[in-house]
Amino acid sequence: MRAGDVYGFLGANGSGKTTTVRMLLGLVLPTAGQVQLLGEPMPKAARRVLPRVGALIEGPAHYGHLSGRANLALMDAAGPGGVRRTRTARIDTVLEQVGLAGVGRKPVKAYSLGMRQRLGLGAALLRRPELVILDEPTNGLDPQGIHEIRELLLDLNRGGTTVFMSSHLLAEVEQLCTRVGVLDRGRLVLQDSLATLTAPTGATVVRTPDPQRVRAALDGRVLSVDGTRAVVRGEDPAEVNAALVAAGVPVTGLALQRPTLEEVVLAAASSSADRVDAPGERSRR
Amino acid sequence: MIAVELRKLFRRPRTWVTIGLLNALPVLVAVLLAVTDLAPRPGEGPAFLSAVLTNGTLYPLAALAIVLPLFLPIAVALIAGDSVAGEAQAGTLRYLLARPAGRTRLLVAKLVSILVFVFVTVVVVAVIGYLTGQLLFDVQPLGGTSVSGTTLTPAQVAGRTLLAVGYVAVSMLGVAAFALFFSTLTDSPLAAMLGALGILVASSLLFTLDAASSFAPYLPTRYWLAFVDFFRAPILWRDIVRGLGLQVVYVAVLLGAAWANFATKDVSS
Repeated sequence: MRAGDVYGFLGANGSGKTTTVRMLLGLVLPTAGQVQLLGEPMPKAARRVLPRVGALIEGPAHYGHLSGRANLALMDAAGPGGVRRTRTARIDTVLEQVGLAGVGRKPVKAYSLGMRQRLGLGAALLRRPELVILDEPTNGLDPQGIHEIRELLLDLNRGGTTVFMSSHLLAEVEQLCTRVGVLDRGRLVLQDSLATLTAPTGATVVRTPDPQRVRAALDGRVLSVDGTRAVVRGEDPAEVNAALVAAGVPVTGLALQRPTLEEVVLAAASSSADRVDAPGERSRR
Repeated sequence: MIAVELRKLFRRPRTWVTIGLLNALPVLVAVLLAVTDLAPRPGEGPAFLSAVLTNGTLYPLAALAIVLPLFLPIAVALIAGDSVAGEAQAGTLRYLLARPAGRTRLLVAKLVSILVFVFVTVVVVAVIGYLTGQLLFDVQPLGGTSVSGTTLTPAQVAGRTLLAVGYVAVSMLGVAAFALFFSTLTDSPLAAMLGALGILVASSLLFTLDAASSFAPYLPTRYWLAFVDFFRAPILWRDIVRGLGLQVVYVAVLLGAAWANFATKDVSS
């Protein structure tokens, strides 16, 4: 991935997203090949690289008997890069950022799932990292929370932070990411910018109560018809509209046809990896 | 990192509950003895207990002898077994390592915090034992009587008590090393603790078995009670030295194994 991206790392359950994230962070050692993080080999350069990275790995984890603030202070002190002098100020900043500023001395075991997720995100942001690696960052959040976190991530990205997030919530990735990679059974099967992947197909979707009349009016250009919808070859909806109106066809909607991210991902990846079929076809490695 | 581990250990209510419960039994025994005046006969029951009615100064030692066979090892195995496996189970291990805390550093910090816990616990037992002894029993200002029957000055009693406290603490390090090693093997703190206790129970049982006498000198619990030898006249060093040597070997081997396992382990918890 490139610096400055918001990178969406997609893949079915069991496709290897979390294992990849753990390898990046030096938690799991690869049996073959090398891992590079910020241009440095992992896990060899862990002490140099990881202080520049913030991570949320497979859900947050905290010491339940301590307050959120005490948890952040302990985590910050547990590795290099957390300067003690600025610790209190940085903790205040991230609690503000993730929306936990008023939570006080309550122990973490009394937090809701969403609050724990926010605190985990706060821990990842504590050292103002260049890169944040987030595994399912909006897990457990309500719709308002998801919206808030999305705004926070976009804000960080505008400030120069590179964001790497793994998710299987396609809608979330579609709203947030600039680049997308799709993992299927441990292999990267697709990687491109979201704009390219969901670029217009060169066709226009027409909504009308009577699609058969579209077929009559634009003979030879109609690619498919179903219900109240017709797909017409042509990259300019205005031109298509003019042609239809001239022929007296009522039009209720017009849009450029774009593949959804879901269609792209489904086309690139095979069946869900937690589906186990009877032997016959050996899975690719 | 060491400071972080110590803060985690001593800010955790469970640590203090463990130490508190550990002291409950010696205090209860002291109260019972003081109320009923029925001490066990010499040679029966935990060491020194027969003497405390006439000399409360010896109660720290009696307290240690009471908790040594079971309670103290349980407390140590609980904390040491929880050290790595507890973090793995809570999920905080992956965040510590991604910080990065450094695997060897983390293990060393855990080890130091366990050592501190062992010493604090043993000292607290001795101090509470001392206070209980002073409060509930007659105190002989002229010192005490050694196990061999000679008289010890108060300074000698104090000095030898400190030595005994140190020896008991070192004896517990073997338990701690077993539990720490198991703690790196599993994600379940309970399994690590029970594994270490299982070793101790097996060791105590084999010790009583004549058929196992060929390797009895190498059992981890073999020399635990040698702290009594500090109160012979003169001090009987033989078992004490062997006990220390044995603990050092166990600790070195098990820590090496714990490090070898943890430093290259895939952390998937």
